[in-house]
Amino acid sequence: MPYRWGMAVDADRCTGCEACVTACHAENNIPTVGPEQAARGRAMHWMRVERYVEGDFPDVRVKFRPVLCQQCDAAPCEAVCPTYASHHTEEGLNAQVYNRCIGTRYCGNACAYNVRFFNFFNPVWEKPLNLQLNPDVSVRGVGIMEKCTFCVQRIKAAKTVVKAEGRALRDGELQPACAQACPTSAIVFGDLNDPESRVSRLARSPRGSKLLEETGAEPKITYLAKLAWDESDAR
Amino acid sequence: MNRTLDRSLADDLVRPLFHTSVWFYGLALALGTVVASGLAAWGYQIWNGIGVTGKRWPVFWGFYITNFVFWIGISHAGTLISAILRLVNARWRRPVTRCAEVITVFALMIGAMFPLIHLGRPWLFFWMAPYPSSRDLWPNFRSPLVWDFFAINTYLLGSLLFLVLPMIPDFALVRDRSTGLRRRIYGALALGWQGTTKQWHRLEAAMQIMAIAILPVAVSVHTIVSFDFSMAPVPMWHSTIFGPYFVAGAIFSGIAALIVAMAVLRRALKLEAYLHPMHFENLGKLLLLMSLLWVYFVFAERLTVWYGNEHSEMSVFWTHQTGNYAPLFWTMVACNFLIPFPILALRKLRTIPGVVFASVTVLIGMWLERYLIVVPSLGHKALPYSWGTYGPEPIEIVIMASTFGAMALLYTLFARFVPIISIWEMKVGQHPHRHALPEEDEEAAGLWRVRP
Repeated sequence: MPYRWGMAVDADRCTGCEACVTACHAENNIPTVGPEQAARGRAMHWMRVERYVEGDFPDVRVKFRPVLCQQCDAAPCEAVCPTYASHHTEEGLNAQVYNRCIGTRYCGNACAYNVRFFNFFNPVWEKPLNLQLNPDVSVRGVGIMEKCTFCVQRIKAAKTVVKAEGRALRDGELQPACAQACPTSAIVFGDLNDPESRVSRLARSPRGSKLLEETGAEPKITYLAKLAWDESDAR
Repeated sequence: MNRTLDRSLADDLVRPLFHTSVWFYGLALALGTVVASGLAAWGYQIWNGIGVTGKRWPVFWGFYITNFVFWIGISHAGTLISAILRLVNARWRRPVTRCAEVITVFALMIGAMFPLIHLGRPWLFFWMAPYPSSRDLWPNFRSPLVWDFFAINTYLLGSLLFLVLPMIPDFALVRDRSTGLRRRIYGALALGWQGTTKQWHRLEAAMQIMAIAILPVAVSVHTIVSFDFSMAPVPMWHSTIFGPYFVAGAIFSGIAALIVAMAVLRRALKLEAYLHPMHFENLGKLLLLMSLLWVYFVFAERLTVWYGNEHSEMSVFWTHQTGNYAPLFWTMVACNFLIPFPILALRKLRTIPGVVFASVTVLIGMWLERYLIVVPSLGHKALPYSWGTYGPEPIEIVIMASTFGAMALLYTLFARFVPIISIWEMKVGQHPHRHALPEEDEEAAGLWRVRP
């Protein structure tokens, strides 16, 4: 049975430290665009931590929600791409073929989560930052869309190792950069086709829900959060 | 007597082809400069990247797509109106049809440029087309952009045929009146037209077929343009009303563009004897009808959204009604309905200046409508954390202005090289006893034969 990669994000564990965002930038060669362009909305964060503040000062609670590509099974971004740059893989990944993208940016509109990013300019890495580029990940040029890949380069590498050693992939052996960097282990990654994997068990959790499930995109990331204010919170 | 009348009519209408005023060169140079500045701006954008425009995350579409929809809308003036008027055999159509049809062709050419200007990597635009590539990859036929590609090309081809067919007898007329190189060029364009009965029959049949065939194509084109929006799960885009709403809006703005173009031609080429106040009044009535239809669609769309009370849709709804985009929204309502409605409804105000003024406001209002469809929805999707805004950068304004310049330039050149009013159709109109085919009486048929 092929793998079916999925993720669970525990919003109750998330402290909003954004280590995942930093790790994602480093792993995937995501360029930083500088304060000026960032202020103009050109920043690219494949992963972002959304902050929602509830209540009035000083009686406030902050809620964090890490948002990344939900790797939807019925992804609207795939249907609208005229050149198949955005397409579905056998392992359920929502892949982006950079070389095939002509930059209509239609996928970015169709995505309800706004997790697709456009290279408005050619990326620049000032020396010596060019030396920290990850050799396993291609550097994207001007005019194309990019997004979270579930660290597909790590998936490929792990599968190669497993095949060479003639064994099955152990649950938890493979982690994307965000999950690896998370200090509170709020992000769990794994194979949804294995009913005993941690991510499968968390996906069945009563605390679990999908983000914007009503759009019908069938996202593969489960968000875990206590649903309502209950008595224990009051104490 | 009819013969002399015909002769003076033809003299009048081919005059711009044979006598060029200094104004023409000045105008062509000025407009050419505007177009060149737009091309330079586009070159600058290709060199540097889309980042030189105002587009940003998450508003990935902006001015270019607004202009794309606007120009495709303008293109509905010509062919559609002309085809309907031909099919119902409206007598007053004769001086109007050609200047309408040519708007379609030029507006489509300009409109079709915008998706290319908009591309992140425009040099790869041909990947939208199905061609035998080494990768064995075809375009994704599930994508509305690919439907667009085919719809617009079909419409462009059809409109071009529809424009060129009735030009053939006029090319022959110019050929017969000229000498040297000009005679050779127009001779080639006239495709060997001799004015025989058989040729008239074929022309008439071809035009009848085209007039019928072009109607569903025109309706489908703007429906498919609306599908670019309504197929995406974006608040206030994902709506079943978009197809007819876009078609109505397209015809609305198209008629307005036609009226403005006719007024300019009438003044510039001194066509007062051909374009009468009656033509403006009739088109003004049509504009009035479309204005009412437009208001009806806007009301129906907004009432449904408001009643549905869905979160993300309501955030877009209120940003239109009372929020950041309210000034633009209410300007649009004023320009498309509040101002033109009384002007077009009251006979006293439905004069040429009145109708032209109303048309100008409609053009502004319809441009704003497209902007308000594209931008606020993208900035107000379901997750409030990722809301955003958009404003154009100078480069987008330059490119937009240059397309208006391109329209004016193409139109000026066209009026310089082709009789802008169909001469043979006018002649047919001047012989009311004769319907369409001149061979009904031998003497008239002779008029169309080549003079030795």
